[in-house]
Amino acid sequence: MPTLTSIKKRPASRHLGRPTPELIFGDLWEFDPAPETADPRLKARYDLFIGGKFVAPSSGKYFDSINPANETKLAEIAHANAADVDAAYAAAKKAFDTTWGKMPGRERAKYLYRLARLLQDRAREFAVAETLDGGKPIKESRDFDVPMAAAHFFYHAGWADKLDYVAPGRSVAPLGVVGQVIPWNFPLLMLAWKIAPALAMGNTVVLKPAETTSVTALKFAELIQDAGLPPGVVNFVTGFGDTGAAVMGHPTAAKVAFTGSTEVGKIIMRSLAGTDKKMTMELGGKAANIVFDDAPIDQAVEGIINGIFFNQGHVCCAGSRLLVHEPIAERFLAKLKTRIKTLRVGDPIDKNTDIGAINSKEQLATITRLVGVGVKEGAVMFQPACKLPAKGYYFRPTVFSGVSMSHRVAREEIFGPVLSVLTFRTLDEAVEKANNTAYGLSAGVWTDKGSRILKMSTELKAGVVWANTYNKFDPTSPFGGYKESGFGREGGRQGLLDYCKLV
Amino acid sequence: MSAPAQNVFRRLFDEIGPVDQVGIEERVAKYTTRSIKKNSKLWGLKAAVSMVDLTTLEGKDTPGKVASLCQKALRPHEDPTIPQVAAVCVYPAMVKHARRALGEDTAVRIASVATAFPSGQAPLRTRLAEVKAAVADGADEIDMVINRGAFLSGEFGEMQDEIAAVVQACGASTLKVILEVSELETYDNIRAASFLAMRVIRPGDFIKTSTGKTTLNATLGNNQVMLEAIRDFYLDTGIPIAMKPAGGIRTAKQALQFLIAVKETLGDEWLNNTRYRFGASSLLNDLLRQLEKERTGAYQAPYYFSEAAESY
Repeated sequence: MPTLTSIKKRPASRHLGRPTPELIFGDLWEFDPAPETADPRLKARYDLFIGGKFVAPSSGKYFDSINPANETKLAEIAHANAADVDAAYAAAKKAFDTTWGKMPGRERAKYLYRLARLLQDRAREFAVAETLDGGKPIKESRDFDVPMAAAHFFYHAGWADKLDYVAPGRSVAPLGVVGQVIPWNFPLLMLAWKIAPALAMGNTVVLKPAETTSVTALKFAELIQDAGLPPGVVNFVTGFGDTGAAVMGHPTAAKVAFTGSTEVGKIIMRSLAGTDKKMTMELGGKAANIVFDDAPIDQAVEGIINGIFFNQGHVCCAGSRLLVHEPIAERFLAKLKTRIKTLRVGDPIDKNTDIGAINSKEQLATITRLVGVGVKEGAVMFQPACKLPAKGYYFRPTVFSGVSMSHRVAREEIFGPVLSVLTFRTLDEAVEKANNTAYGLSAGVWTDKGSRILKMSTELKAGVVWANTYNKFDPTSPFGGYKESGFGREGGRQGLLDYCKLV
Repeated sequence: MSAPAQNVFRRLFDEIGPVDQVGIEERVAKYTTRSIKKNSKLWGLKAAVSMVDLTTLEGKDTPGKVASLCQKALRPHEDPTIPQVAAVCVYPAMVKHARRALGEDTAVRIASVATAFPSGQAPLRTRLAEVKAAVADGADEIDMVINRGAFLSGEFGEMQDEIAAVVQACGASTLKVILEVSELETYDNIRAASFLAMRVIRPGDFIKTSTGKTTLNATLGNNQVMLEAIRDFYLDTGIPIAMKPAGGIRTAKQALQFLIAVKETLGDEWLNNTRYRFGASSLLNDLLRQLEKERTGAYQAPYYFSEAAESY
């Protein structure tokens, strides 16, 4: 309870005798729990979705999907084997040959619009399911993942009847059946990125969600039924790496699209070498966020925070390397730490949570191991003293300073809330350090000077360069990488072109 | 604008750093998604009540109107757990009537806008005389306006000298320096003017967004720019400057969002009425209405609350 403080006797100079002024981010005004209460409407057990129907896996095997926020079982998920994947491809082939592949674009558009609207109608329910399944804060699934997934369906619905204009002077035709494997960091959004352009172009789909985050894909299967899509246009096969390998390697697939780690991407490419399958790979990253001394500092700090702690750092384009101009490095780091102290780490279903749970026990172990390496190699670690829930997979936001390019934390993708801070003296040095990586997915530039932004965006070898902002996405904007971050683009006209052949 | 004036702006911006409009507006949008429930809501609402500078600034103000405002300030509601407001804010001519209504022995302070409010377009000696008169009549706090003309033409020394002269004229009274942000137009200018003012006022004096007499008043954006300026200045010098957004904050929900900005930018030490105020009038009744809703579980009709002043 606040009380009126008598300010008549205010001490004239309280600051005297306080050598280093500090701000106190304490518990004077602690927020009460504010959980999102919408019902996620989960089933206890989810089967495979093949040919428009939920079917039991031929092996009869199921595995548990865990809520990473409290380690409780959320649902049972079917484990598909090669025979199930065969059935899914057969259903998809049939749908392509008999209905979807022949359907005029304006008719396909109606289905895509319907999917987008159905998703919007049940947005809150999907957001809660996404948070329970993956551990991301409800404010992100509510304000980013679900609306952005719907936006991708809307955008590609708009393209479906305008495909004559997607490649000027050429006509386009669908490829056939496409196999898709998506990661666990943005389960529903990656599904939308993959399915929407494929369907708009007239392809049919066999998609495998990640094993830790299959629930929203299977809920989306309910929307597909509600929307009345012809059976077999979209098929979901759930399972582990063996299922994914069967989806990627299936002879029926005219194209495969993969989003995930560079390591797995290389395995897939090796296994498909010599086939005529088209491929799109969206792989890892180790993005540099470059801050010059004339940047708007507080907004840059905010952008760095957003760049690395968004979705617990489980973002392939996360700005995991901060390159800061030496003259402002000390001040910038101090401001960064102050801001990190106000981040709220905790139960992802709480509407005030800024950083939720790490997606899985395995990922938590990976992050912990790599952070241990950083400490051992002599980088200076900072973590705020925030309380973590007793159960569940959590990791404090972490900043390593005094990092050089030879540290492993500066080279390997950690895929967690871990930022490595390096410094630079000149623009050329910044470019050299930023490009000195096997990856090239994204980068950020923070400066008040427009000409410098243009120069940097030309010299940085990255698929996306954000200027004075970070992690901005839009269905109209193509996204994809350089070098070992992959090839092919998703989103925009360029993304559509990866799902068709020119005739 | 003459060339030397551009140079002084350039130098000041280089020294204190620029503000990115898109970035800061994204930052403050996050405050509006915070969800404040149950006890934390009660705490926030009561804190907000204790921070209100209950204001009437109208040509038609009378001793009677001011007396009823003072009564409301002393006892906003019959519920004894609801605190008094921080201050009443009136024109200089009304200070003595406010003092008579509040008495000498009261925690509610009297704030008076002075210095030819709201334009400030009077000779300096007139403005200083007005400040001294208000203080002599019993004003505990003076809300002055900066010389926006001097600021915009790059005459920073003139602007600061005038503020320093008002500090002298205030004596023991607290000073609040109104930047009138809508006339400064850009976030860069708001940050610059905040620094110029903070460098000549005393620890515990305020910077304040606006007069409430122009179209755009306190917003989460300009509040944030000023909070960040206060933070940077405090960390550099150890001098704590207080903050008062004024005008445009009419609902309890808005007030809580402003307080969240304080909590996450300046921290616990600014979450009290010596360091943070709301210049408002209709806000008070909405705060009371929300407090009654928390207590009874239902919204009460407006006529259950005594009428508040309506100048902001």
